[in-house]
Amino acid sequence: MPITASHALADVTASDSTLRRFLHGLPGVDAVGLEARAASLGTRSIKTTAKAYAIDLAISMVDLTTLEGADTPGKVRALGAKAVRPDPTDRTTPATAAVCVYPDMVAVAKEAVAGSDVKVASVATAFPAGRAALGVKLADVRDAVAAGADEVDMVIDRGAFLAGNYMKVYDEIVAVKEACGTSSRLKVIFETGELATYDNIRRASWLGMLAGADFIKTSTGKVAVNATPANTLLMLEAVRDFRAQTGVQVGVKPAGGIRTTKDAIKFLVLVNETVGEDWLDNHWFRFGASSLLNDLLMQRQKLATGRYSGPDYVTVD
Amino acid sequence: MSDRLSVFKTYKLYVGGKFPRSESGRVYEVTAKTSAADAAGQGKWLANAPLSSRKDARDAVVAARKAFGAWSGATAYNRGQVLYRVAEMLEGRRGQFVHEVADAEGLSKSKAAAQVDAAIDRWVWYAGWTDKIAQVVGGGNPVAGPFFNLSSPEPTGVVAVLAPQESSFLGLVSVIAPVIATGNTAVVVASEKFPLPALSLGEVLATSDVPGGVVNVLSGRTAEIAAPLAAHQDVNAIDLAGADDVLAKELEIAAADNLKRILRPQPVDNADWSATPGTERLTAFLETKTVWHPTGSLGASGSSY
Repeated sequence: MPITASHALADVTASDSTLRRFLHGLPGVDAVGLEARAASLGTRSIKTTAKAYAIDLAISMVDLTTLEGADTPGKVRALGAKAVRPDPTDRTTPATAAVCVYPDMVAVAKEAVAGSDVKVASVATAFPAGRAALGVKLADVRDAVAAGADEVDMVIDRGAFLAGNYMKVYDEIVAVKEACGTSSRLKVIFETGELATYDNIRRASWLGMLAGADFIKTSTGKVAVNATPANTLLMLEAVRDFRAQTGVQVGVKPAGGIRTTKDAIKFLVLVNETVGEDWLDNHWFRFGASSLLNDLLMQRQKLATGRYSGPDYVTVD
Repeated sequence: MSDRLSVFKTYKLYVGGKFPRSESGRVYEVTAKTSAADAAGQGKWLANAPLSSRKDARDAVVAARKAFGAWSGATAYNRGQVLYRVAEMLEGRRGQFVHEVADAEGLSKSKAAAQVDAAIDRWVWYAGWTDKIAQVVGGGNPVAGPFFNLSSPEPTGVVAVLAPQESSFLGLVSVIAPVIATGNTAVVVASEKFPLPALSLGEVLATSDVPGGVVNVLSGRTAEIAAPLAAHQDVNAIDLAGADDVLAKELEIAAADNLKRILRPQPVDNADWSATPGTERLTAFLETKTVWHPTGSLGASGSSY
């Protein structure tokens, strides 16, 4: 929900100039320090029972994603089946958090995961570029919500953001949030790889949260630089600070480029060390990924049997 | 006496076309085998070699799997050209290998040179087989029906190769070349005591058109590296040339789990690697694909094809 009058930051979004003053007044990011901190947290060695816990947690946090022009109903159904039961040979494997598809596939996905706790997330707002008129974007969102999407992943207008037109971005997020209604959670994608600086990522994070995002998400997975430990750490710090100031908890979703169990566990360490256990739950933290799940399953099989598994023992996506 | 500082070589693994140290950071001392070993039975120190861990083995399998598609899909002729190129590179480094083999196996220079020459010849011999093996082990099969029935050999996949323990170079070449000639990719565990020629071979492969990951060379304790390879679900076959009887049995049991192809160690401890090898090692890691194709009636009017 957008900012309310009782809110500590209520007057920030009163006008374009107050918003700009607030976002530019955020402390600058120490890029070297940020990357060093992310790297040092990535060196933790997580073994045995802790690793087993981390793998299951990570599986339960995966937004199993297919966002290709060539997506067919059959592929989406297969993905849904995999999300519900990632490893059919081992029923103790948790289900993933959600499947993430394009709006026209929401109905198919919804049917595929019916009867399970797996959510259906849909990208919307002219994903991935976000270059369309607001009316088109909102129609896109309404389509997805009408088809039953539990979660909507929107992209911000990076062009407007980089041009310094923060109020436009803010209004757009507010409008999309409204179109989501009360039933769907809104994830706001910043496409951090296009924002150029860490300062911009921090500003975008606060902008998204002020506008009522339920989740802030790094990237679309469609550009060269996607989720990195550093930009995810920065966003985790933002949600931590936002909750401290407003009492509102916002989720984080790194997406794209996380392919191995080792990487996923590094992100979980970042979460635990930055925002703590409150976020170690698939309601508040997600991985946008597709190939990651197979690696998690192979590692899980390795822990269970003691021998290394191979791609022949997980599904081909 | 020279006043130059001696430049010691840091031997490294060869995995995925790169030269990493062991993930574990461990090394072990490689010593020469000399007739006049000191009281402790140790020859002089030659170098430190990486002591690979099971994670190095896992990484090597990942690299080998990644390389398999392109290598097995290359034309046999092309593979032959690439292997011949390896022989050219070996020839250029002949002096280095003679030196390393002489040190490792305690041979005289001339005997070591004979070993290296035999190894290079062996490599050329296998390079010639790449586009001929299919004709020898494949072909048309006579069947009782109106079908063309054709069998052709295909590579098995990722092959773990335990290199012979005693013959550090000729033995090594004799087990690697046949595996990759047919289009498999290999994870090679070098001789435990004499790994240096194998690690140097990695440098040759890296500079001779062999795509990264087709051959991966690990050094260390054979038993430690071989166990996870034998149990690994993404390894399709294992050559136990360098395993002793006890280890070979353990590995066979582990390998049975996903029905790996197994090439048992030679019956004698010191196999004679200088003999002409025959095609046994080539065919050990091949799968036969058979295709039935209808030809139409073979009626009274005679063949319709």
